[in-house]
Amino acid sequence: MRLEPKPTPSLAETLLFPLGAIAATVVIASLLVLAAGANPFAVFGLVVKGAAGSQFALMETLTRATPLIFTGLAVAVAFRAKLWNIGAEAQLYAGAIVTVVLGTGALPLPAPVLIPLILIAAMIAGGLLLLGPAVLKTRFGVDEVVTTLLLNFIVILFVSMLLEGVLKDPTGLGWPQSRRVVADAQLPRLIQGRRLHLGFVLALVAAVMVWVVMKRTTLGYEMRAVGHNAQAARFAGIPVNRVLMKTALLSGGLAALAGVSEVAGLKGNLTRDLSPGFGYTGIVVAMLAMLNPLGVVLAAIFVAGIFVGADAMSRTAGVPSYIAQVMVATALLTMVVAIMLTRFRVRWR
Amino acid sequence: MIVLPMTVKADPVLRLSGITKRFGALVANDAISLTLARGEVVALLGENGAGKTTLMNILFGHYVADEGSVEVFGKPLPPGDPRAALDAGVGMVHQHFTVAENMTVLENIALGTEPLFSPRFRKQIARDRIRKLSADFGLAVDPDRLVSALTVGERQRVEILKALYRDARILILDEPTAVLTPIETDALFSTLRKLIVDGLSIVFISHKLREVMEISDRVVVLRGGKVAGERRTAETGRSELAALMVGQELTAPAVSAPVRGRRLLSMRGVSAGDGGTPLAGIDLDLYGGEITGLAGVSGNGQAALAALIAGTLAPDGGEFRIADTEVGAWSPAAALASGIARIPEDRHAIGAIADMSVTENVISERYRTPRFSRHGFLDWKAARAFADELIRDYDVKCPSPDMRIRLLSGGNMQKLILGRALAAEPRIILANQPTRGLDVGAVGYVHRRLLDARARGAAILLISEDLDEVLALSDNVCVMYKGRLSAPSARGERSVQQLAELMAGHGIEAEHAA
Amino acid sequence: MIEAFEILFTASFWVAAIRIASPLIFATMGELICERAGVLNLGIEGIMTAGAFAGWLTVYGGGDLWMGVVVAALAGAAFGLLHGTLTVPLGLSQHVVGIGITLLATSLSYFIYRIVLPQVTSPPKIEPFQPLAIPWLSDLPIVGPALFNQTPLTYLAFATVAVVAWVLYRTPLGLALRAAGENPAAVEAQGISVTAIRMGAVMAGSALMAVGGAFLTMSAFNSFFFEMINGRGWICIALVVFGSWRPGKALLGAILFAAFDAYQVRLQQLTGGAVPYQLFLMMPFVLSILALVVMSRRASYPKALMVPYQKGER
Repeated sequence: MRLEPKPTPSLAETLLFPLGAIAATVVIASLLVLAAGANPFAVFGLVVKGAAGSQFALMETLTRATPLIFTGLAVAVAFRAKLWNIGAEAQLYAGAIVTVVLGTGALPLPAPVLIPLILIAAMIAGGLLLLGPAVLKTRFGVDEVVTTLLLNFIVILFVSMLLEGVLKDPTGLGWPQSRRVVADAQLPRLIQGRRLHLGFVLALVAAVMVWVVMKRTTLGYEMRAVGHNAQAARFAGIPVNRVLMKTALLSGGLAALAGVSEVAGLKGNLTRDLSPGFGYTGIVVAMLAMLNPLGVVLAAIFVAGIFVGADAMSRTAGVPSYIAQVMVATALLTMVVAIMLTRFRVRWR
Repeated sequence: MIVLPMTVKADPVLRLSGITKRFGALVANDAISLTLARGEVVALLGENGAGKTTLMNILFGHYVADEGSVEVFGKPLPPGDPRAALDAGVGMVHQHFTVAENMTVLENIALGTEPLFSPRFRKQIARDRIRKLSADFGLAVDPDRLVSALTVGERQRVEILKALYRDARILILDEPTAVLTPIETDALFSTLRKLIVDGLSIVFISHKLREVMEISDRVVVLRGGKVAGERRTAETGRSELAALMVGQELTAPAVSAPVRGRRLLSMRGVSAGDGGTPLAGIDLDLYGGEITGLAGVSGNGQAALAALIAGTLAPDGGEFRIADTEVGAWSPAAALASGIARIPEDRHAIGAIADMSVTENVISERYRTPRFSRHGFLDWKAARAFADELIRDYDVKCPSPDMRIRLLSGGNMQKLILGRALAAEPRIILANQPTRGLDVGAVGYVHRRLLDARARGAAILLISEDLDEVLALSDNVCVMYKGRLSAPSARGERSVQQLAELMAGHGIEAEHAA
Repeated sequence: MIEAFEILFTASFWVAAIRIASPLIFATMGELICERAGVLNLGIEGIMTAGAFAGWLTVYGGGDLWMGVVVAALAGAAFGLLHGTLTVPLGLSQHVVGIGITLLATSLSYFIYRIVLPQVTSPPKIEPFQPLAIPWLSDLPIVGPALFNQTPLTYLAFATVAVVAWVLYRTPLGLALRAAGENPAAVEAQGISVTAIRMGAVMAGSALMAVGGAFLTMSAFNSFFFEMINGRGWICIALVVFGSWRPGKALLGAILFAAFDAYQVRLQQLTGGAVPYQLFLMMPFVLSILALVVMSRRASYPKALMVPYQKGER
């Protein structure tokens, strides 16, 4: 069996194969639903209804999509440069920690000053956190997949430690949670009575900015060149290591914004379970979007819809909500195959 | 006319009939038929891209032919099965050695020779057998050494021993002399003669006419995937074969007398590099308006010297001057800023970024200049215009500059890289194997452009494995051996034999000791 | 202060260390086989979860313990087949596929668990492997109980190391496997299918990883709960590097690491609440990163690791 490169795929192909991947995912998930003793059509109907069947559902989906847009962007930016950032989870928590440190009353500043300050500080924290593994990669050749993964565990333990110690809310009845963010640090709700907050708008803005950077700036060009062929890029005079460092700062910063968004926009404080794996789901979002920043928005909404819908469905139909994670993981694998099929023809001899 | 008795004529040991192979739109082999008799050496001659390696890969089972059949010793050979080819007695010495460097010679040779699920691996028996084969055929090598510690010539012996260990009766050698010094080539040929006496039949793939004439009984010439002609070696000559290979009269480029300009690059006692073959005290001068050719077998430090001039390697010691100014912090960007244009050895891995568009590739060395970017934002219109310009000026067959560069043919990609390098009117040009893998039309084009640059006053360093190319183009010739450079000689000053001796190392030590 | 040092001389410490090492040994050997053949298997964390779950489920459903081990191995091999199909003949990114397999195997395990036990808050227990003392040897001081009074699965772990080392270095199969990780073209040129070797390696390696996971449910914790693998899979990847891709050295690394883990637990008890327990729990992960940095400088990794092989690539 052999793979033959195809000329640039047509627009139809670029859409067709990913849709095929999603279709395959639905089929596989249906088999699991059947195994759980439920009717796939009914179940998926409930999922769709739970995701977008009412204004409330739609708002919930978009709210759930907000951190996924940030982590999806973070992963997409990094993966473009072949920097395998699996540590978005840790970077998210870094942003959350900064939000709680700066936004729970320590700085008596008005919102128009405080919020940007928190955003910038969080981005720096997340960026520095990824810079470590990036340096280990360029200086020592250590695979960043493993170092970022291990850092996830370290940071989550660190958060737990802070929540039982320095950051603990004295009025919290002993639960390990932080103080609540003050009003000036909060990201305001967008619609009365719904949980959708300013973070969503910030996420959209971030997506557009990342798109501009990737397509039109020298940095974006350098990142893509390094990701395709670092050796050739170095030969051409592109400062590969510096580009990787900048990529790390940008990617880590974006993931940290997810943490800010969840704390300052949604939950109001930091707890151990702030993120049900947004960092890892961001990887799926980025791959589904084929690393395209604008595609990340669509993919994030799609994936969020699956999770929100599955939660709602699970309450009614009893199929475990883990089906959402299975679908997301399956979508990742089928998507990677689909992307390959747009670029290569499979020849059997 | 001598009539041979019928009993001497035997059936061919190998018969390829009507082999056709397509890769997408490219027809690599077009209805090729070929026979090989027992004890015969057939040379498969053709320029790069003619389809020789594809044909042999089909024979050996790496590829499956779209049409046609293979018969070995009268029996049809199942396609696509290297195991079947090996069992039938076909052995192949690949152009790019198929040896695992971190394993020993013994392990490499014995790989796959015992049943996969047998619980033990009989080392001593293998070792003894290898020693015997080594002695019988003059292929001295220590079975317990790691392959990474062997020289290129020794690695080739391992490749040959692999085939002999498996009782190959037909041996295919794919461009075996590309990486050998002339003296190692003689040793190889004497081994081949011993093998013939032992009853083997040989297919010898090459594009070097001199060697084909020396070793073969018959020559099959491939051109553009088809058989262009077949001759008995004794009945033909180099010019006829060259004409068959190329399909037209070969004209050597007309080279005018050099006009020596300023000294643009100079090295004194420069050392650099630690892996591979490092440079040990290089003295080199490049003058404007001249081509300096570097002869020498790959692996003697050319990679380090090229990397040094290209900027990817920094010097460890010695004096390195560009236009009489000592070089400061050295990097590819610094090299470019000093006016050095680089045509790298490997256009696929280093010269271009395969999955980026032509436009994106042509600006890779100059995207920071005001012409293509301002305040960190790229001007894609200007980039595309530049790409169009290069495509036009350098005769590149490319439907659109937005297509991925990997879809261009080797020759067109090289022309683009050449154009990118020459567009800045560089004063120093590093041309590293600039015509490797190109068809003769592209080769001629590249040579003409280099000569044009020379006429405009550029200093050119030409590194090439092809001694003929070096001799044809160079005003000065140096030989590289084990990280050292010989003193240069002017065009015609040294004979080919003298150069061959230097390439084998005789004399360079003496020059340096003096 | 002295107590901190004395811990090292108690038998119970070393017994715990070897017990903690056992799942690491299985999973590290599994990853080592995959990587020696040239495939980085980042599905390890998920495959260990699947193995833990499959083993537990079999026993919970009435099967005997060894049947659980076999089912776990088969579950691992199944995920290995999926991983191999995507990364070997299709040549997809080993990084992405690995993460995808981890997510898939983990979520599938949790999904099926919730179907089997919809309402349960505390996970039901199964009857685990009991320690099997080897007569006379287990009476030796410290070494005795540590090495010779463990569960049968631990003995199997050590046996696995010996088998893997033997196969790798003394059989034609092991030679082909090592060559596939160094230069697949060399393997193909000798008439052996690189695809078959690599897929076989990934499946066998994944089976071992799953058995490592099963150890946790059937020999250590006696039940299955979410997040039980807790990063052990990633640590095993570091251990393969630490052991320079050699079974013997990797075994030493696993034991060293497990000893450190056992030590930090006891150290926690010694210091009472003075030092936050999270700092102790962090240490294994910090240590893994350090191990990677130290060993990466002398990288003698398989040359064709993570390089997909296309037959007759031009």
